[in-house]
Amino acid sequence: MMLDKLQLLGQKTLDIFARTGRGGAFLLHILYVLPATILRPALVIRQLYYVGVQTLVIIVVAGLFVGMVMALQSYIVLVDFGAEESISLMVALSIMRELGPVFTGLLFAGRAGSALTAEIGLMKSTEQLSGMEMMAVDPMKYVIAPRFLAGVISVPLLTAIFMAVAILGGYFVAVELLQLYDGFFWSQLQNKVDFYEDLLNGMIKSVVFGFVIVWIAVFEGHDCLPTSEGLGQATTRTVVHGSLAVLGLDFILTAIMFGV
Amino acid sequence: MGPSGTGKTTLLKLIGGQLKPDAGIIRVDGQDVHRLGHNELYEFRQRMMGMLFQSGALLTDLNVYDNVAFPLREHTRLTESVIRHLVLLKLQAVGLRGARNLMPAELSGGMARRVALARAIALDPEMILYDEPFTGQDPISMGVLVKLIHDMNHALGLTSVVVSHDVRETASISDYVYVISAGKVVEHGSPKDLYHSDSEWVKQFMDGLPDGPVPFHYPCADLLDDLMQTEQAK
Repeated sequence: MMLDKLQLLGQKTLDIFARTGRGGAFLLHILYVLPATILRPALVIRQLYYVGVQTLVIIVVAGLFVGMVMALQSYIVLVDFGAEESISLMVALSIMRELGPVFTGLLFAGRAGSALTAEIGLMKSTEQLSGMEMMAVDPMKYVIAPRFLAGVISVPLLTAIFMAVAILGGYFVAVELLQLYDGFFWSQLQNKVDFYEDLLNGMIKSVVFGFVIVWIAVFEGHDCLPTSEGLGQATTRTVVHGSLAVLGLDFILTAIMFGV
Repeated sequence: MGPSGTGKTTLLKLIGGQLKPDAGIIRVDGQDVHRLGHNELYEFRQRMMGMLFQSGALLTDLNVYDNVAFPLREHTRLTESVIRHLVLLKLQAVGLRGARNLMPAELSGGMARRVALARAIALDPEMILYDEPFTGQDPISMGVLVKLIHDMNHALGLTSVVVSHDVRETASISDYVYVISAGKVVEHGSPKDLYHSDSEWVKQFMDGLPDGPVPFHYPCADLLDDLMQTEQAK
């Protein structure tokens, strides 16, 4: 009985290593064919629409509410210290450093990541990828790499939009609802927010998150079992692994960037 | 030909270079398919092979016209007007010129396979691999596919490798048949030879008999023993 469990543990560990190895080799293959994909911008632009533009609504709505909630919470804390004019600073720093990249990453994994996995998995199970291979069209160049590139481009752009909308949401609550002076709101932002420390670090995080989420999404789609159950499991894995990767990497990147 | 799960599609994928054999050599037109590099294999497929998949494998985001035009746009520098002529001629050959604006989801199974056939011959390959072309088709669609495969083979001077378990249809258009079971060739010859084979196994397969060397019952214990065991367990 004990030996069986040990054997199962060993098998699971080997499976994890095998999958990680396949995922690594898959990424190298994508990077190898990426130059050929860049030379066909029409394929990438089409995917930018599906992956990026169609995720825009959820990003804008989420950004607006996150910014509004952050402003309200900040006001509740800061007003006790008579420092409510710093609302904008608190909103902007938390959004730019953490919430912008992390929220966008999580929402992207749930909306676009799962859609990418499902689409590629379905193409595999309906033999469309095999069909392309037999037509001498490399699916890595035609299907996988354009989606990968579009995802990697989309996430930082969506993050920037999330940040801008969240700050506008914070402005609406602070200035329009709580009647704070809008000069304080913008001057605090202008004086205290650092381009490199705050904005650039947040954008670097978003690039890393985008890269990892899209890698997981396209790999899971390509590696899934070509059955309805296999497709469902792959889609779930994309959301779970993608979200956990975002949260884990956020901790590591924060520790590196802010030198704690 | 051979029963389901016997390795027919695997054999096609081996011929097409989509799977690698554990041992042995597969030559197509004198070329060892598995010694070709990635780019050489793709070039070889482009020049030599077309494949018709069981599901049709049409690209679901493209309509019928664009599906047939897809390999031409990918592999040639022809102008759109020339591509249009070629696509319409290929679709005319399979009888679906009028369906060129339909999406794959709007096609019946038989129509999807005919479009896939038009796409497979778009680049004028020397050989076409057919994976279960008749499975799940109504009698009319099956008759259409049988006629198309037969006529195209002769009109275009193709080599056709048809993998199927539809005995009557496949035998009616084949010059030579290999019957495989459990990954091994159990009989080969002309369709006529196979119908007169001495092998009990081949007889059962060709005549579609429910019991024989391939038993009706999945291997299991004696029924009476099984029932008694259930009683004892209670």
